Amino acid sequence: MRITINGVATDVEDETTVADLVSGRAEDRSRVAVAVNAEVVPRSQWEATSLGPEDSIELLAATAGG
Amino acid sequence: MSTTALPPLVEPADELSIDEVRRYSRHLIIPDVGMTGQKRLKNARVLVIGAGGLGSPAMLYLAAAGVGTLGIVDFDEVDESNLQRQVIHGQSDIGKPKAVSAKEAIAETNPYVEVVVHAERLDNDNVMGIFEQYDLIVDGTDNFATRYLVNDAAVLLGKPYVWGSIYRFDGQASVFWAAAPGGEAPCYRCLYPEPPPPGMVPSCAEGGVLGVLCASIGSIQVNEAIKLLTGVGTPLIGRLMVYDALEMEYRKLRIRKDPNCAVCGDNPTVTELIDYETFCGAMSDDAAEAAAGSTISVTQLAAMLKERQDGARDFVLVDVREPNEYEINKIPGSVLIPKGEFMSGDALGKLGQDKPVVLHCKSGVRSAEALAVLKGAGFADAVHVGGGVAAWVNQIDPSQPAY
Repeated sequence: MRITINGVATDVEDETTVADLVSGRAEDRSRVAVAVNAEVVPRSQWEATSLGPEDSIELLAATAGG
Repeated sequence: MSTTALPPLVEPADELSIDEVRRYSRHLIIPDVGMTGQKRLKNARVLVIGAGGLGSPAMLYLAAAGVGTLGIVDFDEVDESNLQRQVIHGQSDIGKPKAVSAKEAIAETNPYVEVVVHAERLDNDNVMGIFEQYDLIVDGTDNFATRYLVNDAAVLLGKPYVWGSIYRFDGQASVFWAAAPGGEAPCYRCLYPEPPPPGMVPSCAEGGVLGVLCASIGSIQVNEAIKLLTGVGTPLIGRLMVYDALEMEYRKLRIRKDPNCAVCGDNPTVTELIDYETFCGAMSDDAAEAAAGSTISVTQLAAMLKERQDGARDFVLVDVREPNEYEINKIPGSVLIPKGEFMSGDALGKLGQDKPVVLHCKSGVRSAEALAVLKGAGFADAVHVGGGVAAWVNQIDPSQPAY
């Protein structure tokens, strides 16, 4: 199925979860927050949250700069 | 998630002086602020943590707006490299404590503001006593350990925490206030439950920051502080503002309270302050420098090990923990050379320069220290694993015990 990740159309397998998506992109889990259709998915729900066609995903990097 | 205005955080002061009425007239004629809103600002006590990039515009605008009492927490001194973005300080302030420099600038901006200087590093011993004196916390610190400390203290005390963070061209801001009326507001840990492995995320000192980004995010923080203090508008609670300066785009994302949150969830495991240096993996400057740009994730390591197994790549994976730790759990295919042997130099003789070296430990702190030694000895392509074997067990092989 086709989803959008940070504005870029991307094909992923059906049943892909948020956790799959993050590990598939070689991101360290604790580095990012993930929003699906403009709503942040709590990290404790990543395994249980499956993506659907046309979903818009936002990967946000944790930063501490000030 | 709150989508409506909340009651004002602060009761109005008794009165404004003639001089104050003249000064704040452009606020007073806004119907939503008016005399009552301005009196609330006068009575307000706001704490700004860090007189740096975000704290500079935040303090100047909070002071100009007439916030009656401004607390400043900062233990640092003004450096020339600060002046590209920390606009509350000037050329003649170089070498001066930032808190003192900021206090002087505020006195020039608005003499009716009382400034309280906390010229100390925020820590577990002083944070509660300082926070208790204020209505609201504005965070402009530059490291994860302080941010988790601030969040947890704010949750434990029920204080609103106006959060902002910047890096290069990107900024994020939100209001975290787990105790907000309605009971559904998230905290910082609902968004980022645990910090990235040490050395994984470069700081502004390592990666840079566009100076004006501080104003973009700092002004959002002041805006939200004023709204909460006076009870106008819809606060940025349960919503994350994400700013991309290159695309000139602001996006708002919803953040839900995480029922599993360690500090504000249904069954909190953090019920008092913890050791934040350990939680965030503090390391030396040399180690942080060596790790910047030379840190891989456990997911990357797993892919590299697969390629090594297939004969498509070669490298040496070195576990720098102690033998007793190695007995508890390990990354398959690693060899054990404890960190002490790197510090004494003995390890260097065991490693050839012909193969790239990958180091890991439990969490990524000791391996970064060993990495600094290796880099200093000419192993330019050596890397270490962020999060170490703890992340490996957590993310790749949960069948192994953690410790």
